[in-house]
Amino acid sequence: MALDNKNNEFKVIGSTPNRPDGLDKVTGRARFGADISVPGMLHGAVVRSPHAHAKIVKIDASKALAMKGVKAVITRADFPEGLEGEDWNLQENAMAGEKALYDGHAVAAVAATSPLAARDAAKLIEVEYEVLLHVTDVDEAMKDGAPAIREGAADYSVPEGLHPNVVRFFDTGMGDLDKGFAEADLVVERSYTTEAAHQGYIEPHACLGQMGADGRGELWCCTQGHWFIRRMSTAVLGVETTNIRVTPSEIGGGFGGKTTITIEPLSLALSRKAGGAPVKMVMNRGEVLRATGPTSSASMDIKMGMTKDGKITAAHGTFRMQGGAFPGAPVDVTTMLAFANYTIENVHHIGYDVITNRPKQAAYRAPGAPMAAFAVESTVDEMCRTLGLDPIETRLKNASRDGTRSTFGPKFGPVGLVESLEAARDHANYKMPLGPNQGRGVASGYWMNWGGETSASVAMSEDGTVTVSVGTPDIGGSRASMALMAAEAFGIAYENVRVNISDTGALGVNEPTHGSRATYASGLATIKAAEECITKMCKRAADKWGIDADAVIWEDGSAKPSGPNAGEFDPLSIGEICAEMGETGGPISGHYEGSPTGFSGSFGTHVVDVEIDPETGHTTVLRYLVVQDAGKAIHPAYVEGQFQGGAAQGIGWALNEEYIYGEDGRLQNPVFLDYRIPVASDLPMIDTVIVEVPNPGHPYGVRGVGETGITPPLPALANAIADATGLRMRGLPMTPPKILAALKAQKNG
Amino acid sequence: MSKVHVTTTVNGDQAEFLCEPRETLLDCLRDKLHLTGSKEGCGTGDCGACSVTVDDRLVCSCLMLGVEAEGKEIKTIEGMADGENLRPLQAKFIEHAALQCGVCTPGILVASEALLKKNPDPTEEELRYWLAGNLCRCTGYDKIIRAVMDAAAEMRETS
Repeated sequence: MALDNKNNEFKVIGSTPNRPDGLDKVTGRARFGADISVPGMLHGAVVRSPHAHAKIVKIDASKALAMKGVKAVITRADFPEGLEGEDWNLQENAMAGEKALYDGHAVAAVAATSPLAARDAAKLIEVEYEVLLHVTDVDEAMKDGAPAIREGAADYSVPEGLHPNVVRFFDTGMGDLDKGFAEADLVVERSYTTEAAHQGYIEPHACLGQMGADGRGELWCCTQGHWFIRRMSTAVLGVETTNIRVTPSEIGGGFGGKTTITIEPLSLALSRKAGGAPVKMVMNRGEVLRATGPTSSASMDIKMGMTKDGKITAAHGTFRMQGGAFPGAPVDVTTMLAFANYTIENVHHIGYDVITNRPKQAAYRAPGAPMAAFAVESTVDEMCRTLGLDPIETRLKNASRDGTRSTFGPKFGPVGLVESLEAARDHANYKMPLGPNQGRGVASGYWMNWGGETSASVAMSEDGTVTVSVGTPDIGGSRASMALMAAEAFGIAYENVRVNISDTGALGVNEPTHGSRATYASGLATIKAAEECITKMCKRAADKWGIDADAVIWEDGSAKPSGPNAGEFDPLSIGEICAEMGETGGPISGHYEGSPTGFSGSFGTHVVDVEIDPETGHTTVLRYLVVQDAGKAIHPAYVEGQFQGGAAQGIGWALNEEYIYGEDGRLQNPVFLDYRIPVASDLPMIDTVIVEVPNPGHPYGVRGVGETGITPPLPALANAIADATGLRMRGLPMTPPKILAALKAQKNG
Repeated sequence: MSKVHVTTTVNGDQAEFLCEPRETLLDCLRDKLHLTGSKEGCGTGDCGACSVTVDDRLVCSCLMLGVEAEGKEIKTIEGMADGENLRPLQAKFIEHAALQCGVCTPGILVASEALLKKNPDPTEEELRYWLAGNLCRCTGYDKIIRAVMDAAAEMRETS
């Protein structure tokens, strides 16, 4: 697709108007998942397994059903049999069948007339378990003798002889590794681990489901993608997809964790069993941490070769990742992106997707990328230190750029890694003097971005204002971005555009707000639908003037005669055309549907300064810089917000956050006090530089920016800690006790 | 279980509700008075999304029982603006793009307003420690801190 506005100055793109939902969100009026109530509503609660791995011998709900106000109890027996593949995985995860597969796995649910009654009734449901051996660690799960969680879960890709917990296997590469390593002056081989981190959205999952005996109904929920929720929920319940209309609420954060189902099919099943009364379900934080998300944990081996002047000659990575009790750890992406920052002729990736007795992993911001970045960017940093090379100059020497072949195969188009490295090198933060116990770390990261199924409509109003309907829920200000792009396309004011997030009944299938696709794909759809409206409005003007439609141009929100007719007629404004549209042919609207493929990835480079307290091992983040390629920043303040939010999540993953399982296989820290995400006093201001290397696949040059930012912080922090202390931390999180122990070991030689 | 009749003041208006003794103030505000601006992010006092003031003291409404509201004066996010006029904090949050998803925003606004009442001129460090009980997962806090500092400056100028 041509870059329509390549040489044009933008009029509204790049400005930072107030977001349209701002007023609702600062006054408490915005309705999130748990804020919706309807007459006759029941409340649901879930019974969850306290065991990591256990056979479900018997479920006795008689006491609960005898309780006043209890209207329905469901177990797996209330779901259809015979599902296959990922549909079966989703069903099994939503409600355990023969076995509970992790601490927190749903085994039954109840609907009652009040939230308290539902919770009381859930406690009365008696479940008899036969506890089985469990395994929660990825390396342990692959060893001989580890309990097999589900025989036959492995797919065709897994070579013979591996443990049945290995369910998918990846092996990709190119070039000649032996030759590459022979050319190196330094070959380094290291192992790394990262723990599972939760998306940590502040709004727990919530939904309100209603379904009658005919299997039809509605669902209101907080989700990143209501068409996904519709397809998954109806598949799990064994009804046709269009039986359920799904309406998204405002969403209180998702980061990938709200692209899949959890309680949604339970609310529908409870509703059906309770005679069609709507059933509201709201998770508590413990349920969120025990039974949704998190991302995978990883165990990785990296071997890299470098010449003494800094050229990377070969790279090999082995990535073992567990994604809970079901296939799906994002090891395919991990292997794909591990070395993506670099042009390397000889490269090889091995990946293992392993099942364990943990909750089914869900996507988390750049799923799969941060773990590999931690391992690879730490290794590159160590090599630079050993060879006395500058980390940014070394990255520039090897950087992926327009025309180079990526380590995963295709050639890159225009991308902004070189520009982000140069901007980081030239930034004041990279030159700040450092004091005792302080250190600086650099790392780069990449996310390939996504297009995906997209359907959007634009409708003209009688006064010439515009309604945009998109299907990607607004998590971080995307309605403002859509309105800016529509305003730019029409040549009208931002305030004259209203953006709605439509329900599943109003548009064709839309993939979720995921993969950093919303501003790219729904934005492109908005522009294309607006262009269709403009074509129709030009036709109305041409008809009025009695000239060919081809002889009308659209400029500054008006139709104007052009060519031989230029100046013949007064321009017709958007307001004038729309005021008459009832008489000139009826309503005017435009539509776009497609799976746009012109998305292009976003590279970023982070620079962090830390100070390590030698008494406690605590890491203070002194200053933080994010430089990233946005292609074209539509609303720069919300682009900065994505950079800053991604960095903060990465800092948390690097320093604090982890899933801690006890010997009993139970999650030890299912509260925010113990699963500690960064708080305001943990962080400094997060400086940002927006690099703009336009994406030729979007009319205005947009690249998705949401995900890249979580990738560099993990290694950047490790590299800064190494700079400050000389300690190379190879396991996340780098908590004060771990750093203190390493400092002591270092002191004792 | 028998319910307790509670009479209280919410955002300047008298309010009454019936609740079980074990129900939290947050549940009563949301489910009985339909003031859903206060959010439950954790239920354990760790995230601050349910922040309200009780007799001008900042509390997590998830850690207080509904029955304890008897005779008290409660203020929630719904009572912050003066009619159609936003408070400076509210306006600055929109202007500075200090929210992304917005679910933590009500609690952070209530907590920030409580700080500025006690300390109209906080340092960045004082503000960061005051807001350490209010989790935001989207923004990295940068724009929130800037918005509150800017609002504080404006409030000092106009007071």
